Amino acid sequence: MTLLRESGGFQGTGMVLGLLMAVGLAVAGAEGQPEALPMISLLGAVLIWGFLPRTWGVARAAMLGALCAAILLAAWGLAGGPMGHPAFWAAVLAVWLGAWMLVALFADLPRRGGIAGTVQALLAPLTFGATLLWLWEVVVRALEVPRVILPAPSAIWARILRSTDVLWVDFVQTFVKGALSGYAIGVGAALVFALLVDRSDFLRRGLLPVGNFLAALPIIGTAPIMVMWFGFDWPSKAAVVVAMVFFPMLVNTVQGLAATEAMQRDLMRTYSASWGQTLLKLRLPAAMPFIFNGLKISSTLALIGAIVAEFFGSPTRGMGFRISTEVGRLQLDMVWAEIAVAALAGSLFYGLIALVERGVTFWHPSQRGR
Amino acid sequence: MRNLLPVLTVVAALIALWYVAVVPMNAQWAQDQARRAGQDLSLAALVADTMSQSRPRLPAPHQVATELWNSTVVEELTGRRGFMNTGTLSNRSLIYHGWVTLSATLLGFAIGSALGIALAVGIVHNRAMDASVMPWAIASQTIPILAIAPMIIVVLNAIGITGLIPKAIISTYLSFFPVVVGMVKGLRAPEQMQLDLMKTYSASGAQVLAKLRWPSAMPYLFASLKVAIAAALVGAIVAELPTGAVAGLGARLLSGSYYGQTVQIWSALFAAAILAATMVALIGLIQRATLRRMGMAT
Repeated sequence: MTLLRESGGFQGTGMVLGLLMAVGLAVAGAEGQPEALPMISLLGAVLIWGFLPRTWGVARAAMLGALCAAILLAAWGLAGGPMGHPAFWAAVLAVWLGAWMLVALFADLPRRGGIAGTVQALLAPLTFGATLLWLWEVVVRALEVPRVILPAPSAIWARILRSTDVLWVDFVQTFVKGALSGYAIGVGAALVFALLVDRSDFLRRGLLPVGNFLAALPIIGTAPIMVMWFGFDWPSKAAVVVAMVFFPMLVNTVQGLAATEAMQRDLMRTYSASWGQTLLKLRLPAAMPFIFNGLKISSTLALIGAIVAEFFGSPTRGMGFRISTEVGRLQLDMVWAEIAVAALAGSLFYGLIALVERGVTFWHPSQRGR
Repeated sequence: MRNLLPVLTVVAALIALWYVAVVPMNAQWAQDQARRAGQDLSLAALVADTMSQSRPRLPAPHQVATELWNSTVVEELTGRRGFMNTGTLSNRSLIYHGWVTLSATLLGFAIGSALGIALAVGIVHNRAMDASVMPWAIASQTIPILAIAPMIIVVLNAIGITGLIPKAIISTYLSFFPVVVGMVKGLRAPEQMQLDLMKTYSASGAQVLAKLRWPSAMPYLFASLKVAIAAALVGAIVAELPTGAVAGLGARLLSGSYYGQTVQIWSALFAAAILAATMVALIGLIQRATLRRMGMAT
């Protein structure tokens, strides 16, 4: 019973039960038993887990590595062997619980600093993501889900490799031309406008509630209007992006510029600093956390705006165009490929902004102590 | 109330700007018409014309307001298919289309926030879930989830699920993550000192959740609910696009853009805006009432 209270205890016990079920079904002579490799690896994983030392040290790290290898081997073997029978599902259950146990064990690792700490922090989420992908692949293949409903990850990956040229053209059209140019214009305009607004308290008090209100509206609905005004090509997409990112950015910047304390502004006065000097040396730096918050929110909105605007009409390229036409032709692997590219581009864009933020606002409490 | 005058000024300035923009945006068409008829347009006639075209590039505010009024109150009261004549909502009225969108939004919002709260509770109480699910919940905020909308609609159609459910699923998906992220923050808001106090009372995990974590998460909950309901509405509108413009505000937008009915697009847009503002304001009211009863109002 003490075993259950350890981290990953429940999942480990579940893994044992799943293995016992699979073996029992195989002994009872059920059809289509899993091959020897996954079963032996699973048995190995159960044994290793049973002997896993409690305290952290070289022995435990080695055992953990062996546990990873065993579960990985079992997963690999299951994906290659005969599929879709009760014993197979019991083994899948065992592997899934085993992977979940690994996540729990990784989450329990003692914290380290530096690069080792970064890798360590990534272990649990990566294991989780890989498990999900594996489960998706195995379930789709075992149940023979039609390709027009849900393609397997391997099929999507093959599609990405086969049509890199199309994906690249779409990426340039939607992300570089539509989203990035709109993002730059919208963010730049909002920054300039925020500086103007900031000069008048009256304007600020009037604009903040209105801007907050407008930022919550479904601005994406202006897409058909923009397509009507600016034509089918990327300028209309950029215009939608400008409209979408402007207000979140404006509100955040105006709030940020007001974030300085009276004491600090008084200090600048005693230095007899001009408005420009106060802005450059005190208020812009103090506003940076807010500005980066706005930049991050806007980066997500920009990609969404550019893609959805293409649903309302576009030239025969672009991610949104491809998604809507390939859905019509039931080529879902291509749709998933586009989504994968969009997700990757969005995450990288966001990550880049977060990286710059860490460099610029290193002094802010939210960036410390990591 | 201190902000009322500045806000009104800004709104008035925006409307004035809109009126000014109407003239150059629509002037081209007015002048073409005049040239074809062999007339010269005076400035007053030009301005009057740009304000009252039937398919303007940019409709004037009063045109949009008239269309909104006509396609809601007038249509239902006097229209042939209106509520007064048939007892059901007219399929030409924005009330009907707005209701179609609103029902999907609300269903998706309810499911999404319930799931989001449940997942947040799980994340706060389980190290493994925190380490594995949370990074993905944050990363999923950076990917354009809306791009998946057409696919979900078409795939669910293919396996025989149509109508409200597919739209609600997309709304669920969009409203789910803001609630997760906000609630995880909120459930972690109690300070160590307060948690220690609960420990000295030998409170169980469920008791700590019910008596300390849940109450202190309330401000975070409402803040994320506001974001979530706005996102849910956007999701429902976008979800209506690939179904081929049958019903709903998104369908009105799409059919308006097919047939060049700009006034219809703008009125659908404003109906959506009013819907979003009403729902956010409603949550704001509930928030104020709740926080006041809990003694947390500021």
